[in-house]
Amino acid sequence: MKRNWLISAAIVIVAVCLLTFGYATRQKDNGVNITAVGSTALQPLVEAAGEDFASENKGVYVNVQGGGTGTGLAQIQSGAVDLGNSDMFAGEKDAINDKKLVDHKVSVVGISPMINKEAQVDHLTKQQLIAIFTKKVTNWRQVGGADLPIILINRVTGSGTRATFEKWGLDGAKSADSQEQESSGTVQSMVSSTPGAISYASFGYLNDSVVAPKIDGVTPTNEHVISGKWPIWSYEHIYTNGQPTGEVKQFLAYIDSKHIQKTLVPKLGYISVHDMKVSRDENGKLSTVD
Amino acid sequence: MDSIRESLLKKSKATKKDRFARVITFSALLLIVVVVISIFLFVASKGLATFFTNKVNLWDFLSGKKWAPGQTNAQGQPLTGALPMITGSFLVTLIAALVATPFAIGTAVFMTEISPKHGAKILGPVTELLVGIPSVVYGFIGLSVIVPVMRHIFGGSGFGIIAGAMVLFIMILPTVTSMTVDTLKSVPRHYRESALALGATRWQMIYKVILRSATPGILTAVVFGMARAFGEALAVQMVIGNAPLMPKGLTSPSSTLTSILTQGIGNTVMGSLENNALWSLALILLLMSLVFNIIMRAIAKKGAM
Amino acid sequence: MLNPKQSDKLASIILYTIAGLVILILAALVGYILVQGVPHLSWHFLTSSSSAFTAGGGIGVQLFNSFYLLIITMLISFPIALGAGVYLHEYANQKSRLIQLIRTAIEILSSLPSVVVGLFGFLLFVVQFKLGFSILSGAIALTFFNLPLLTRSVEESLRSIPDLQREAGAALGLSRWETVGHIILPAAVPSIVTGVVLSAGRVFGEAAALIYTAGQSAPALDFGDWNPFNTASPLNIMRPAETLAVHIWKVNSEGIMPDAAAVSAGASAVLIIAVLLFNFFARFLSNVLYKRLTATK
Repeated sequence: MKRNWLISAAIVIVAVCLLTFGYATRQKDNGVNITAVGSTALQPLVEAAGEDFASENKGVYVNVQGGGTGTGLAQIQSGAVDLGNSDMFAGEKDAINDKKLVDHKVSVVGISPMINKEAQVDHLTKQQLIAIFTKKVTNWRQVGGADLPIILINRVTGSGTRATFEKWGLDGAKSADSQEQESSGTVQSMVSSTPGAISYASFGYLNDSVVAPKIDGVTPTNEHVISGKWPIWSYEHIYTNGQPTGEVKQFLAYIDSKHIQKTLVPKLGYISVHDMKVSRDENGKLSTVD
Repeated sequence: MDSIRESLLKKSKATKKDRFARVITFSALLLIVVVVISIFLFVASKGLATFFTNKVNLWDFLSGKKWAPGQTNAQGQPLTGALPMITGSFLVTLIAALVATPFAIGTAVFMTEISPKHGAKILGPVTELLVGIPSVVYGFIGLSVIVPVMRHIFGGSGFGIIAGAMVLFIMILPTVTSMTVDTLKSVPRHYRESALALGATRWQMIYKVILRSATPGILTAVVFGMARAFGEALAVQMVIGNAPLMPKGLTSPSSTLTSILTQGIGNTVMGSLENNALWSLALILLLMSLVFNIIMRAIAKKGAM
Repeated sequence: MLNPKQSDKLASIILYTIAGLVILILAALVGYILVQGVPHLSWHFLTSSSSAFTAGGGIGVQLFNSFYLLIITMLISFPIALGAGVYLHEYANQKSRLIQLIRTAIEILSSLPSVVVGLFGFLLFVVQFKLGFSILSGAIALTFFNLPLLTRSVEESLRSIPDLQREAGAALGLSRWETVGHIILPAAVPSIVTGVVLSAGRVFGEAAALIYTAGQSAPALDFGDWNPFNTASPLNIMRPAETLAVHIWKVNSEGIMPDAAAVSAGASAVLIIAVLLFNFFARFLSNVLYKRLTATK
């Protein structure tokens, strides 16, 4: 019994000593932590940029989390985090008071409908697209495809991708009630495996397993987004609460720099803001940039 | 004299230690109670805000058939009808339990009465293994195996209540089975011996004696599995189709409380009606697990006679 | 009409079929995951850090995080669950209404969807207590989610020890605590370990509760630095830590790397193998403990 006590006491003492030693010899430059929360679509970009930034600036760590656009905006509004990542303008969310929030547009993302291969449709008019998503057309035969019922798959209400798609792809029409999925990856694998399915996702998720149709003769490519011919696109925003200062400001400037915009942004399937020949404001007004 | 008296009346070292242990263990329990109460209060305060702050009528919430909290109907009332999800949750849970029960009982009987040696060796480890599989993986298997099979058999998209129930069936089967095994094991040995001594065949013994006396325990296991199924989110979400519509049939896309809750919560803004309405769904879930629990207790009480 | 002998035969056949079918389903499930995943495994995959958008990323950091988070969670939750379980079964007045109520409350907590626990943890620990997205926040959230299960299984284990043992202890003049500490708990070790293994499996596979607490980013770690107060140290409990299950979830839902399907399949297989190894290890440990603490040879 005595011996057991001695052993436990010794273990505790050694552990405390080790901890004290560790505390005393810790690196003193634990420095600054920048926390970003929000859109899962934007997460990889900010994360990758954060790693580069941290390696160039000793003592700064960029901590990037997902959680969804809603969470990002709510948390940046309450000041709990440094950066709020969002797929949409803060003003488009009713519950957000965007007076204090400062918008930093970091990239542009193109969104395209995607159709299961068995539907045998590779071009649609915008009217047909709207008719499909409002369930006025329910069979692919009616738009020149195979005799197969149309299965709608939507992103969840509140998702930025869905909001953009309804606003620019369906000209503001609300999609009919249908299946809803939370994430682009799931939607993509559902469309590729379900005969007759149609949904939408950002260009990064398009691949050979699904068909991205021409809309009114325009193919969904980065070039067409840049020139303004392809209408379905949105900005990716990073919001700060008030004007950024210090390391946060440096980091935002870093993301906006040529280095990131020319390398990382295209790699992730996004389009650099600087390449855009058109721009859009919160109310959807389009203007050309020289 | 006094020293003897003192040493007799003084609390012994063992008693002191016992007191100490009692306090320590009690505070551990107290800690759990605090955790439980804080979560209850948290969910209740968020969930009730829909009715008190946003003035949604409770009856409309429970019986409404259209779920679109961001939009309003003709009277300017937000569309927060949770009936489709409530129905969906109940249907998948009931079907999963109905399918799982015979399988669980059959396997449990096999493992305790017919081949106990193999039973313990196979079922135990497999059960422990299966709880560790993340529900995302179940969902993915459902998407790549069960949904195509359903599409083949029933036509349509393959997404729907049946697909959801099948995934849940696989998820709860190990739990229900191992709980049933425990119950069957606790049936006293002399019941079996008496039955066999009376000349009963093995099946008669199982059917007329063991299963009868284990009924409350088996029911508890099934209700426990149902509670699990009711609260499962990610896996069901991927195969049920997730459309907030009244289920038209067992093969049409529908949704459950958890699937709508899980996928909506990151996309809504804290404190808004959309967000509060989701917390109300969480509150319903909480109340439902209370109901399941009361049922389990009632069954256990009846069986305890 | 069948005579009893025939129906006995028939029932046996049916039971064999059902049991075989169930084992087949479960084996097919495990087999499917392994067959899909094992071909993608390699030493590189197990040790290198993940990549967000290029092929060839690994799961090294996530694997370490999963184990580390599991250990921290168990360090917090096991003592509490053990204490509460002992009180509930050995000290509490079983007929008391209050105790009944507490039991019900604990069980309800266990069927709460994990996303609710995760959000609760996010609002309370990450935001309110300023713990940030960290292993500590994640471990506390997992503790919430783990406590009911663990307490319940400790209590069940104690219940399975016959009262005879307690009476024997009392007859020897031992206090209640001495009886529990020296007789009951040692005898209950194997079944308590089973409970721990089961709940550990759930912790390992949990994703939804961690997305908002431990976070979903895995900063590269410096495995040469074991000082828990350094930011890049693997032992630091204040760093964000994406676990394997969260990684699988993320890759499936938002992954844009070209080999997303392979990463997800490989990670699932690793997860199963890890749970399996953990089970073996825990069983081994419990046998050793049981032999040392009781007079079993």
